[in-house]
Amino acid sequence: MTQQHESRVHKRYLRHSKKFPNVWCAGCGIGIVMGAIIRAVDDLRLHKDDVALLSGIGCTGRMPVYVDFNTMHTTHGRALAFATGLKMVRPKMKVIVVMGDGDALAIGGNHFIHAARRNIGLTAIVVNNSTYGMTGGQYSPTTPSGALATTAPYGHIEQHFPIAELAATAGAAFVARSTVYHVQELEKYIAQAIAKDGFSVVEAVSYCHTTIGRINRWGSAPDMMRALKEQSITRRRAEGMNEEETRGKIVRGVFVDRDIPEYTRLYDQIIEQAAQEAA
Amino acid sequence: MNAEPTARLMQGDEACAEGAIAAGCRFFAGYPITPATEIAEVLARRLPQVRGKFIQMEDEIASIAAVIGAAVGGAKAMTATSGPGFSLMQENIGYAAMAEIPCVIVDVQRLGPSTGRPTSPSQGDVMQARWGTHGDHPIIALCPSSVRETFDLAVQAFNFAERYRTPVIVLMDEVIGHMRERIELPDPSTIKQEQRPGTTVPPEWYKPFENFPVDVPPLVPFGEGYRYHITGLHHDERGYPTARLDEIQPWLERIFRKIDRSLSDILLYDHDGIEDAETLVIAYGATARSARYAIDKARERGRKVGFLKLKTIWPFADEVVEHAAARLHHVVVPEMNRGQVVLEVERVIGRHKVRRVNRADGEMITPAEILAGIEDWSG
Repeated sequence: MTQQHESRVHKRYLRHSKKFPNVWCAGCGIGIVMGAIIRAVDDLRLHKDDVALLSGIGCTGRMPVYVDFNTMHTTHGRALAFATGLKMVRPKMKVIVVMGDGDALAIGGNHFIHAARRNIGLTAIVVNNSTYGMTGGQYSPTTPSGALATTAPYGHIEQHFPIAELAATAGAAFVARSTVYHVQELEKYIAQAIAKDGFSVVEAVSYCHTTIGRINRWGSAPDMMRALKEQSITRRRAEGMNEEETRGKIVRGVFVDRDIPEYTRLYDQIIEQAAQEAA
Repeated sequence: MNAEPTARLMQGDEACAEGAIAAGCRFFAGYPITPATEIAEVLARRLPQVRGKFIQMEDEIASIAAVIGAAVGGAKAMTATSGPGFSLMQENIGYAAMAEIPCVIVDVQRLGPSTGRPTSPSQGDVMQARWGTHGDHPIIALCPSSVRETFDLAVQAFNFAERYRTPVIVLMDEVIGHMRERIELPDPSTIKQEQRPGTTVPPEWYKPFENFPVDVPPLVPFGEGYRYHITGLHHDERGYPTARLDEIQPWLERIFRKIDRSLSDILLYDHDGIEDAETLVIAYGATARSARYAIDKARERGRKVGFLKLKTIWPFADEVVEHAAARLHHVVVPEMNRGQVVLEVERVIGRHKVRRVNRADGEMITPAEILAGIEDWSG
């Protein structure tokens, strides 16, 4: 895809009535995820009216306002629950939910595992920058052990949540992980996730160079982008490595792609059964 | 359709569920909690029969969130809970107020605070219904005092929610929720269902939060060609976040105006014997049943007692109370709490006229206690 073509695609999906620029810091990875979502929707030839983009609170939570879909910026952690209600009454709609790691896994962790368990046809895209960026670099459920954060001035003593593995165990139908460096791969996974009939999760590993990155001296945005390239390995390559060798690596790939009955379709069967019994 | 009204023995929670369906409710999300669970159980069975949808969510926060999501999708939607769950729902009730999403929240009040006594009645959530969520916002809360009234007010709650594009709270209590009464349900064809108004403007002109010329701009459901933004941030007329005072202030004025200009429609109450009364009793919910009995007894004893039964608790019926109490010297306000609605009564007519009759131990206020309150004054 040429750069010129890309910008033409983006132009068709951005809201021109909205005042730009956006709220994100220069060099942030969230815009890359937004671009990937736009191109995935375009690749799938979905009508804008049939796409909803919901979010919670935080830097990633600001994404929907820029995009010309049916968009909703909900409360912190609850976007998947809002989306569940919308999907139930509009089952044909493609409902995409973008969340940060704190939004999806700390305050929203319960909704995340239950949406996966229910296998409702939502696409959850978690932009994982391993911190709370908007509030200034506090530790999140994906902050690595030992890292500094504004709320871990002596170093972080908790384990981190592996998002893709968590989603797979909780029952999602499709789970993939990529990074904002591997943008074409990310776009491909997002398209696969949106097309999937069931709860689908894409973890987009990103970074925050202005908060937790600065505190830990992890470098500038290009430095952290380079780290995503150097620290990540494909799932296939990881299979041939032992635990020691994969420690600290970002394993990219499709973790789950299974056909299990989707919730709103099962509920349609309930309606038929109940209507028959009532008649 | 059966034109004859059907007499049934029905529980208050069941009447709430049936009223919701009669009003056009086609989505319910909830989480089990005593004494509201029966509402969920009835709707789990009944909603799919009318091609509606039911879901048991992972908690009450998710339940109200799903209800708002469903309402944005175009469904009339409801959740039901009790005190602890109502506390959890507060943030998203504020979201519904902010984004002006029509929905109905039922709170079958039980004794609090905290877990309290789950099977005991209370009217302790009156102020929480008004001010439970943070920030200034208008709210409508209705309070039934019988099984039949629960059915009627459930219908009314949905109609108000759609008419004023606002969350509406139905404040039941454990007595009303669990009590069984023989009731006759109205012929379904006679029940007025408020439909959500559509818009005639083309999508590019549509402003979901327009402040003029109407007070309640139409909310077009997602998926119908009107792509727009909804947020819990302060927003402009298109729904985009704003920090501009000239956009926040008109919105704030409108959301209060839409309720304040319609008080004659929203304020529901019954009254009798006020004209020649010397003492007035103001009651609501299950307490109104004890009050009714006490007032009848007092009248048998020759006392002139008027009765004002509030069905709309919020917005508070300032002028109704002021008018009813204007001539009187004594007003008795019984409540199953330490005094919540009475604070409003005192604000309107002054403290010196008002006698409180309170119980907050999980037992109903008896007619004798209210009678004692009446006679203390007029004796």
